[in-house]
Amino acid sequence: MIVDFHLNGEERTATVVGWESLLTVLRDNLALAGSKNACEQGECGSCSVILDGDNVCSCLIMIGDCEGSTITTVEGVGAGDLLDPVQQAILDEGGVQCGFCTPGFVVTAAHLFANDPQPDEATIREAFSGNICRCTGYGALLRAFAGLAEDES
Amino acid sequence: MTAPTTERVAGVIGESTVRPDGVAKLSGNFAYGSDLWIDGMLWGATLRSPYAHARLEKLDITPAVTMSGVRAVLTQDDVPGRARFGQVEQDQPVLCDGVARYWGEPVAVVAADDEETARAAVAAIIVEWEPLEPVTDPDAARAAGEEYRAMVIRRGDESAAGSVVIEAEYETAIQDQAPLGPEAGLAVPDGEGGLDLHVTSQWVHIDHTQIVACLGLEPDAVRCHPVGIGGAFGAREDISVHIHVAMLALRTGRPVRIVYDRTESFAGHVKRHPARMRYRHEADDDGRLVKVIVDMVMDGGAYAHTSHAVLANAAFFTVGPYNCDNVAVDASVVRTNNPPAGAMRGFGAVQVCFAYESQMDRLAEALGLHPLEIRRRNALLPGDPMATSGQVVEGSLPTIGVIDLLESMPLPDDVIPDDPSLLPGGTGLTTPRGSVVRGVGYALGLKNLAFSEGFDDYSEVRLVLTSAGLEIHTAAIEVGQGLVTICLQIARSILGIENIAWVPADTSTIGSAGSTSASRQTQMTGGAVHEAAVKLRDHIAERFGDDAALEEITVDGPIEQWVRYRHPPTEEPDELGQGNPHAGFVVASHRAVVDVDPELGLVRIVRVDTVQDVGKALNPQAIVGQLEGGIAQGAGFAIMEELILEDGVILNPNFTDYLIPTILDAPDVESRLIEEPAHWGPFGAKGIGESPTISSTPAIVAAIRAATGRPLNRVPVRPQDIVGV
Amino acid sequence: MHFVAARDLATALDARAEHPDAELLAGGTDLMVEVNLSHHRPTGVIGVRACDELMEWRDGRIGAAVTWARLEDGSARALAQLARTIGSPQIRAAGTMGGNVATASPAGDGLPWIAAMDGSVEVASRERGTRLIPWNEFFVGVKQTSLAGDEVITAVVTPDDAPHVQEFAKVGVRNAMVIATVSCVVAKGADGFRIALGAVAPTPIRATRAEEMLNAEASISDLVLEEVARLVSAEVRPITDHRSTESYRRHASGVLARRLVERCRAA
Repeated sequence: MIVDFHLNGEERTATVVGWESLLTVLRDNLALAGSKNACEQGECGSCSVILDGDNVCSCLIMIGDCEGSTITTVEGVGAGDLLDPVQQAILDEGGVQCGFCTPGFVVTAAHLFANDPQPDEATIREAFSGNICRCTGYGALLRAFAGLAEDES
Repeated sequence: MTAPTTERVAGVIGESTVRPDGVAKLSGNFAYGSDLWIDGMLWGATLRSPYAHARLEKLDITPAVTMSGVRAVLTQDDVPGRARFGQVEQDQPVLCDGVARYWGEPVAVVAADDEETARAAVAAIIVEWEPLEPVTDPDAARAAGEEYRAMVIRRGDESAAGSVVIEAEYETAIQDQAPLGPEAGLAVPDGEGGLDLHVTSQWVHIDHTQIVACLGLEPDAVRCHPVGIGGAFGAREDISVHIHVAMLALRTGRPVRIVYDRTESFAGHVKRHPARMRYRHEADDDGRLVKVIVDMVMDGGAYAHTSHAVLANAAFFTVGPYNCDNVAVDASVVRTNNPPAGAMRGFGAVQVCFAYESQMDRLAEALGLHPLEIRRRNALLPGDPMATSGQVVEGSLPTIGVIDLLESMPLPDDVIPDDPSLLPGGTGLTTPRGSVVRGVGYALGLKNLAFSEGFDDYSEVRLVLTSAGLEIHTAAIEVGQGLVTICLQIARSILGIENIAWVPADTSTIGSAGSTSASRQTQMTGGAVHEAAVKLRDHIAERFGDDAALEEITVDGPIEQWVRYRHPPTEEPDELGQGNPHAGFVVASHRAVVDVDPELGLVRIVRVDTVQDVGKALNPQAIVGQLEGGIAQGAGFAIMEELILEDGVILNPNFTDYLIPTILDAPDVESRLIEEPAHWGPFGAKGIGESPTISSTPAIVAAIRAATGRPLNRVPVRPQDIVGV
Repeated sequence: MHFVAARDLATALDARAEHPDAELLAGGTDLMVEVNLSHHRPTGVIGVRACDELMEWRDGRIGAAVTWARLEDGSARALAQLARTIGSPQIRAAGTMGGNVATASPAGDGLPWIAAMDGSVEVASRERGTRLIPWNEFFVGVKQTSLAGDEVITAVVTPDDAPHVQEFAKVGVRNAMVIATVSCVVAKGADGFRIALGAVAPTPIRATRAEEMLNAEASISDLVLEEVARLVSAEVRPITDHRSTESYRRHASGVLARRLVERCRAA
């Protein structure tokens, strides 16, 4: 089947069987390898994308269900080397180590701050409760996001 | 040079310089092993044993071979060279040799036009097994003489006696490194019988040695390249996809890629050795250790991997950072049909730290001493002999410093929060405030730096100075810890050049950098960069003076400086474990504050404070990142991480049931660093990567004991252990 | 593969009747895990994520496609509490009440709430129209329901007199993305207390013996609370598996029930 959708501000088309996950299509059909495949069962958030305004795990979205959808991946946050404020904050605070979780955190952060520019600490923690990081212990990431929330005030 | 002093250059040592690969990682453009792609490549998949121990009665690959789109199906008969591999002992067959010895052992590999076909081909292979009785009890394996290694350490007088005796048995379960990035490899044949391998690894040269032997090729025919890695923590020290993907590429003449999914990743890499440790501590009335006796068994699983070295690490650190003149250790690492064990951050020092710190707390309690006081009285210091090996501690070891500074750090306010998400059970709303008890626990941990027991440990680096700046050529693997950053900082500090590039080099263009493990790379590869930079600087000053510009220096072409850097030599100990087996030591302290719901056995780790011996803080932010991340792993091992086995089969090989801490579980961390320079390495810096996982776990368990009074001799602690049902 | 994106119920029912092998897809949080890890390959899928009637939500009726993210903000207190604990924000944005009901996992977080409310599952088919199945007739075993092959779950329906006072708690070893070791919903209505539990039997259960004892008492003393705990512990039928043990689950059931009765009493 053919699926048409809006991806990172562009019109895209994918020719698929239909049961593939959005994550697989992004990575293998559309050469957008930024979204990651750490678990492919919705338990780590490394595949997070914005789908029709919601932050979801792209590994759990069936591509057949994406006709006409609007999708933003990590590649659509910021513009290549030109970093979005959430990306800059994570970089400055040392929130990147191996970086495998980073795309998921970037997308979740972009979603959070677009909907709530001044989240308190409890809101921040809960917002990222679906993004696993194995390297940082989350400290630097929390500092980055708390700093962003403060910048907004 | 254009910037002869470091004052005008940003990004020198001591600064929290941002990492050079950060932008790529943040924008989704960083190439991990699992992202590598060549158009027209084939996809590989692996058939694995569903049994921990079974005889392969029938293996019929015809249905796979004849499937449309399948390009190769290979079994052990297709291995061109040496049939077995292994870092130390070559005991693991490349593919099943007729008997599967652990759950998930690879049996056959397939290359096909696409992932779906590869998977279907694997499923189509006809395989019949005769299940055999698996050996799953390490004590039974030891009794049967199935040992990879046995060690005996004897020092002092076995008949010495103390007035206080504490005897107990401790157990640590299987922890998995669970790096987010899966095992992945891309093999590209060169059309001349050789190939280029791009595989997630911690040490490309040791991979290379094993790969060429099994492929039956000359060393030059295979080039192993460093690739981007999504974390390692020891999981990448041993062969996983490497030989399989290489064989498929050579057979088909096409590039082949293998990427493991999460379940396969759990089956496909080594784990932390589970251990059973029987301890006897004897102390005098002042709490000074008189004698320590240890009997321990570690379960190495089906194949040896790095079990020899893990056992030594555990055995030499059985007493911890304390003085004791009379020590007896009998330690074994055994062969079973459980999943193979190998390197994981801490490498044996984690398991024994849980035991010896539990013992120290029990001694303190018996003598009415504060937990930190008994540690102070026994603290191992520079000039003291190691309790186990007798090696005199050289260089810095601020054991008293990490105790005193930890004690001075204020505790969090002794207030149980209102917000339920900050109570045990979190948003599960299990626990009213009134049911919460707070506890505080302490622990110290000791670790060696780099490799031991006479291993020829070195790192090679080649600096190349061009008119554009400096290149650092190395095969050292960056796994996320920030090696790339501090090497640039070191080079900048010596040479005053701002524009520096990290250039990954493969096995054909440079010698080994050694493993990214053992807390060694800062000192080893950093040390190599430092030495090479000094040589380069001195050479240039001699030829061109102190103020020459880059253009002038490189007018005849790039200038290179190669270095092979070694640490001070270590020795193999004698048959009683005596000698100088280690290159240096690092110490750390941890204090954990936990809130416990004793009725349900639920724990919230409120905060973990740590003081870390760092030698020299080359990049404070990166150090804190390692400490916080290591503590999160230690917290996981304390209360939630465990691979559950039944007859050698892993019951929870997925992220649904192997639980690693989320942001709602990881404790807040306060860190302090002590800078007392190491006696070797760049600027006196020490490796700190493992310390945070070593004593964080025992501190947390000690805090839970303090809150509940439960003995808790096992990690991870489960709710039923706290409740006692 | 045949994919029907059903924007209204009639389309979904037609597709279900005409393609008996087609599978229903809402949030994908169960089906896609099977696709990814068990390599399940559906031949036909009926997507109901954006099906108008299934997205409706009002007092007493939760459409099958209503997501957990929406349910976090509802007025049914225990439902909002449990919605917040399901998976992660990403899971809650996609996962639905209907999916939870269809999968009927013994540890399904929404199921004890339906039991505590004496709720029913509303299902529809093109041939036979709509029927209402009481919860204890809908959930018949581990991952087994009485849904027919041509039926679609349309809503979870609760009686108008469902108790307003209701509390939830769930034991898990981790604070997010965790399968319940034990979960519990206690409600207090005009007819007395209701105690429902999950993850301690093949289906959600009501601790009827504990309820009977409790509702016969004039006042709830500490002794009565202890008896509640004891009876609930005896009544549940948990197993030992890789997540927990029978004895711990039994113990935790009693503790949760007792604590939640206390909370309802105070409300």
